[in-house]
Amino acid sequence: MTEILVAIAFLILAAFYLSWRASRLDRLHTRVETARAALDAALVRRSAIALELAASRRLDPATSLLLAAAAHEARTAGPDEREMAESDLSKAMRAAVEQPRFRESLAETAGGADTLNELDESLAKVVYSRRFYNNAVATTRAARRRPLVRALRLAGSAELPAFFDIDDDPPEIPPTGG
Amino acid sequence: MRIGIVCPYDWDVPGGVQQHVRDLAEALIAQGHHVSVIAPANDDSPLPPYVVSSGRAIPVPANGSIARVSFGFLSAARVRRWVREGRFDVLHVHCPEAPSLGLLACWAARGPIVATFHAQYERSRALSVGAPIMQSALEKITGRIAVSDAARKSLVEHLGGDAVLIPNGVTVDRYVEAEPLPGWPGEGGSIGFLGRMDEPRKGLPVLLDAFNLLAPERPGLRLLIAGPGDEDDVYARVRPEFRDRVVVLGMVSEEDKIRAYHSVDVFCAPNLGGESFGIVLTEAMSAGAPIIASDIPAFSRVLGEGEAGVLFPVGDAAALAREAGALLDDPRRRAKLSDAARTAVRRYDWSTVARDVVRVYETVAVTAGGVVEDDRTR
Repeated sequence: MTEILVAIAFLILAAFYLSWRASRLDRLHTRVETARAALDAALVRRSAIALELAASRRLDPATSLLLAAAAHEARTAGPDEREMAESDLSKAMRAAVEQPRFRESLAETAGGADTLNELDESLAKVVYSRRFYNNAVATTRAARRRPLVRALRLAGSAELPAFFDIDDDPPEIPPTGG
Repeated sequence: MRIGIVCPYDWDVPGGVQQHVRDLAEALIAQGHHVSVIAPANDDSPLPPYVVSSGRAIPVPANGSIARVSFGFLSAARVRRWVREGRFDVLHVHCPEAPSLGLLACWAARGPIVATFHAQYERSRALSVGAPIMQSALEKITGRIAVSDAARKSLVEHLGGDAVLIPNGVTVDRYVEAEPLPGWPGEGGSIGFLGRMDEPRKGLPVLLDAFNLLAPERPGLRLLIAGPGDEDDVYARVRPEFRDRVVVLGMVSEEDKIRAYHSVDVFCAPNLGGESFGIVLTEAMSAGAPIIASDIPAFSRVLGEGEAGVLFPVGDAAALAREAGALLDDPRRRAKLSDAARTAVRRYDWSTVARDVVRVYETVAVTAGGVVEDDRTR
């Protein structure tokens, strides 16, 4: 009799534990999805700014072409080329923005200061959202590696989230160019 | 945006995190955001209109010193009510790894949560032991900020994951105007130092050695030193005949600190390294003090590679004496450096730093709905 009670108690506890583990995984997957949405929004915003700059006639044609081509590549890249294309866009934007007197001359044009601000903001948000996304991915992957989670398939059919690895270093800001 | 900020340490007692929260909150309010701060505080102490008390602070040992924090059912209930009634777009907790309000807020809320990590931990024990307890609360944090490379490193090592780096700001306007201390800077020239006297990395001995070299040729030159530590160790390093020209203030109030920056002809930051940013340096720049600093990477960056202050080879007392002497003899160059410093420091003003923090808020607050009470933990 006692053995049966102990067994029942054990089963109830185990069920509670497993359900807690499963709901935690569910929460983590939701966090990954939200972070991914933020990352995608930031990347789209960044390429939109690059295209807007390219089309604004405020830059020389060569710089415009560089930015437009890189932004277009980033937007049309398939899933496998996405990371490469976004890294290329980072490099193109660095090359454009780090030109001598780029910031000063853009700031002198009408609305240029606002554009510069939007540009810096879009670059910073890519850095932030990507770091937050990769954090969520790392936590989720660690949780899914646990033996119990794997043996009982607690993660269900959810795909294993993948890190998003790109070069997103923003352009250098000259030391006193605050 | 409607922003809820959680300060884990006693609002009534001055400290780095409290000052950070106050400056951030005021910068955000100045930019038109709605901000509410919850912090431990005595119920009868006067609070700024944007601060809500979570109850009295309790002193507990933490990270090698005493932290005045807030915990227990009463605090948890107050935090929960504050979250429910605040209808925040984003919740910003500070030090969620401390046994205080930050952790309670993570527990009571869900939605976009940003956390700022301030501390660096030499010993990992406390953090690692606490990790399982904090796990579900910390997993709710969507965006993590570290205020220094050291804080970020502690986070990566002990809790895993990464954070974005947004350094402390300085409220430039607070330092711009102040009366010099009585009798300063004086006729014969003066050099200032501010920081822990007994911490070797702050480099005070380098400055004292340089003073020993400068003092014989400059009979009026004086040294003004402020900061915690033992003054006997300072005097022991100065040649006996010059000791009456070294003034040690010890610990000073915030107000006297600002006056000290205005009391010297040259401000010296002789740090040997380890400084990730140099808050003292940005304060001195805000006050418009002509600066001479060691050429460690962080200082060199803040000073615009020498444009906004003179750099000397780290640890080189002879070079410091030479450069400081040249600067003391050249008032026009000092005025130029002072202007350059005031301009360069604008980058580190809280208004600029707060803009970066808002970018983090906007990054995590992509989903509608904002911050709500977490019913699962009630």
